[in-house]
Amino acid sequence: MGAVNDLSLLVPPGEICVLVGPSGCGKTTTLKMINRLIEPSSGEILIDGQPISRIPPTKLRRRIGYVIQHIGLFPHRTIADNIATVPRLLNWPEDRVRRRVDELLHVIGLDPAVVRGRYPAELSGGERQRVGVARAMAAEPPVMLMDEPFGAVDPIARARLQNEFLRLHQELRTTVVFVTHDIDEAIKMGDRVAVMQSGGLLAQYAPPEELLTRPANDFVARFVGADRGLKRLALTTVGEIELGQAPIVVEGQPLGPEGAGAPTMPAYHLLLDDGRRPIGWLNSRRMAATGKTSRDQADESSPFVQRDTNLHDALSMLLGLAVQTAIVVDDQGRYSGVITLEDIARALRSAIESAPVPTPVP
Amino acid sequence: MAFLAAVAAWLTDPLHWQGSDGIPTRVMEHLELSAAATAIAVLLALPLGIYLGHSRRFGFSAVNAANVGRALPSLALIALALPVSFALGLGLGFWPTLIALVPLGIPPILTNSLTSVREVDRDVVDAARGMGLSGWQLLFQIEIPIAAPIVIAGVRNAAVAIVATATLGAVVAGGGLGRYIVDGLARQEHERLFAGALLVALLAIVTELAFGVLERLAVSPGVRRELQPGAPD
Repeated sequence: MGAVNDLSLLVPPGEICVLVGPSGCGKTTTLKMINRLIEPSSGEILIDGQPISRIPPTKLRRRIGYVIQHIGLFPHRTIADNIATVPRLLNWPEDRVRRRVDELLHVIGLDPAVVRGRYPAELSGGERQRVGVARAMAAEPPVMLMDEPFGAVDPIARARLQNEFLRLHQELRTTVVFVTHDIDEAIKMGDRVAVMQSGGLLAQYAPPEELLTRPANDFVARFVGADRGLKRLALTTVGEIELGQAPIVVEGQPLGPEGAGAPTMPAYHLLLDDGRRPIGWLNSRRMAATGKTSRDQADESSPFVQRDTNLHDALSMLLGLAVQTAIVVDDQGRYSGVITLEDIARALRSAIESAPVPTPVP
Repeated sequence: MAFLAAVAAWLTDPLHWQGSDGIPTRVMEHLELSAAATAIAVLLALPLGIYLGHSRRFGFSAVNAANVGRALPSLALIALALPVSFALGLGLGFWPTLIALVPLGIPPILTNSLTSVREVDRDVVDAARGMGLSGWQLLFQIEIPIAAPIVIAGVRNAAVAIVATATLGAVVAGGGLGRYIVDGLARQEHERLFAGALLVALLAIVTELAFGVLERLAVSPGVRRELQPGAPD
């Protein structure tokens, strides 16, 4: 018995395939066989129909992006030099390397002028993680391998990095093989998810929706967990459900006459700045009494979510901050609605109702 | 106080700054001997240590074998080196001292280069391999530059120990600053003896400082020790 046995897997081009399973199930071994860091004792791996065993390892690896959990940035090289590693191995002209580095730093949201000459030890964990991804993408590889790439950062930073990567993937359409032990991450990131059990046996290979609604066997059902309905929240984004609207008031402008003092007046108004970016909640009664709509009175406890945030992450944020309502903003940070715990509960109910009762496997 | 004044007078006497027993000549002899011993120790220990560290094999046995050299008293080594030197027709003075000093330099260089290359973060090595660096590229572009501060510290320790111990060469009729100490003792000229000891200490400190400068020039700011604890996460 090897670490991985009888594994047969087709990853369609441009998709994210997630390998998920308990530790020791052979998912990392599988990944390392794709770039020949580990050689399979038998069997074949093809990329674009070409058997990789015929490509020299260093040549193969320069065409495959590789991100690992602890990133492994080169501490003695600047951020720019780290990102430039593979382009330089491929002998790109130096001005093309420089342009590519700046472009990638923009993509990952770091200011090239500030970060280019820094060393890894001078960055935060989340920034290092981004640089690791940028370094793997530098030579525009058609295939990327990611081994728990967001495993070493805190949950909030992880959710942000995941969203960023999904957005990036929408544009680039690289073929990605992604390893994680976290089923939530697998469901969120994967176009397809391969659930592996020990010995590298493939328990199920399916889109996340199918994994949650029709687990192939007991192992998969147990691995995805009893809270499958809750997990399905990760498959719906905030933008896909009907958003509520809060009573709003613009900073510096008086509250409309219909509001003040009326018995049906809502308890709070949402204060926006003149660019329609939300600031926080104003107590309507106090606002009516003072006639002032200034930001120093605003309660800023509600989190901001974007339309492409999934409901699972939105729920985690609300529970984490112990508030009822999140404010939904668009790409430019402008107000576009609110989402409450109740809205999420409603989506959760419909997810559970549409899921079939799990059938016991003999 | 009178004694210190005598030492100062000895050091500033222009007669002691010229001729074959003058301070410049003795300093040069001392430096030649130390530099030759350090260079040989580096040539022997550095490639071996780096290779063993890179291949991650035989680590402990090599370090243990080298440490035998550390356990032998240098004076005994000089005594042992004498017959070897005579047999090779190299005589007294420079050569037996050189033969005795090299084993002194090997352990710190071997130990530091071996462990520092071996201890380079596995994730960094894994990432480098995974991006398509060859074995040689991994060694020269990643492992050695990251290990550099500790490798240089090993060479520095070797050099300082050799500079201090090269004094013993005078016992077997060698040159160098040890002459003042040995002759000072023999002639009961205590200010000569003390001035010699002072000059050796000074030379050892200068050696230490020179390696500090080398480290600044040769080591990337990203792996200098003051940066190591890392930025806040």
